[in-house]
Amino acid sequence: MNDDAADPVERGRQTTSARAWIIRSPIDTSSVLEGIKRGEDGAAVVFEGVVRNETRGRKTLYLDYEAYEEMALRQMESLAAQALTQLQIREVALVHRLGRLQIGETSVLIVVAAAHRAPAFDACRWLIDMLKRTVPIWKKEYFEDGAVWADGEPFPAEIPRGSLST
Amino acid sequence: MRVRVLFFGMLKDLMGGSSDSLDLPEEASVGDLLELYERKVPALRKSLASIAVAVNQQYAGAGTKLKSDDEIALLPPVSGGRGE
Repeated sequence: MNDDAADPVERGRQTTSARAWIIRSPIDTSSVLEGIKRGEDGAAVVFEGVVRNETRGRKTLYLDYEAYEEMALRQMESLAAQALTQLQIREVALVHRLGRLQIGETSVLIVVAAAHRAPAFDACRWLIDMLKRTVPIWKKEYFEDGAVWADGEPFPAEIPRGSLST
Repeated sequence: MRVRVLFFGMLKDLMGGSSDSLDLPEEASVGDLLELYERKVPALRKSLASIAVAVNQQYAGAGTKLKSDDEIALLPPVSGGRGE
């Protein structure tokens, strides 16, 4: 996993569906945005998740992202489909990058296009919140004095847990 | 029946690898599989309340019956990053 970035074949590997992409190279936000916008849109909302330089006061060096890739893509595609049917938006794209990411790089991108800004903002917020709780992607944070798997967010109540006891 | 099991994130470290192949009795459920691993790796017990399980890439509850060649994944909480 740590060698993803070094291997050009691995780096080029990606899995895609209609509205979701899992890639191993830098995310090109402006081309995704330009690819989505159409004449009938009155709003396009862009969210980028970015690698921050610290966690709880500890200096972060870089992050490694890994995924249960086929399932992650299915979950992302399903979130996109839910947003399109339940909210007044016209189009959406979800992109997640895997492998080693440096401080300041974009790990996840969501673009929503709609006739009006309110549903575009709402859908974007809903998509990133759901993605972070239900899409099987994990990150390992590297610090000067070691590495840890980041604590994930608890799964939503509708996803069954390994044990019923809490 | 034979099933394939995948471990992700911190569970890879806990379980000592990223995948396993397992022989289970017919009609075994997700809960049976978890119990088996809990006996093998007692440290798994305290993680069980927070992990989710996927069978063939769909989230599945403890009562889900398994069948031959299923792909079962044990998933620790996915990488959040606090919203606030």
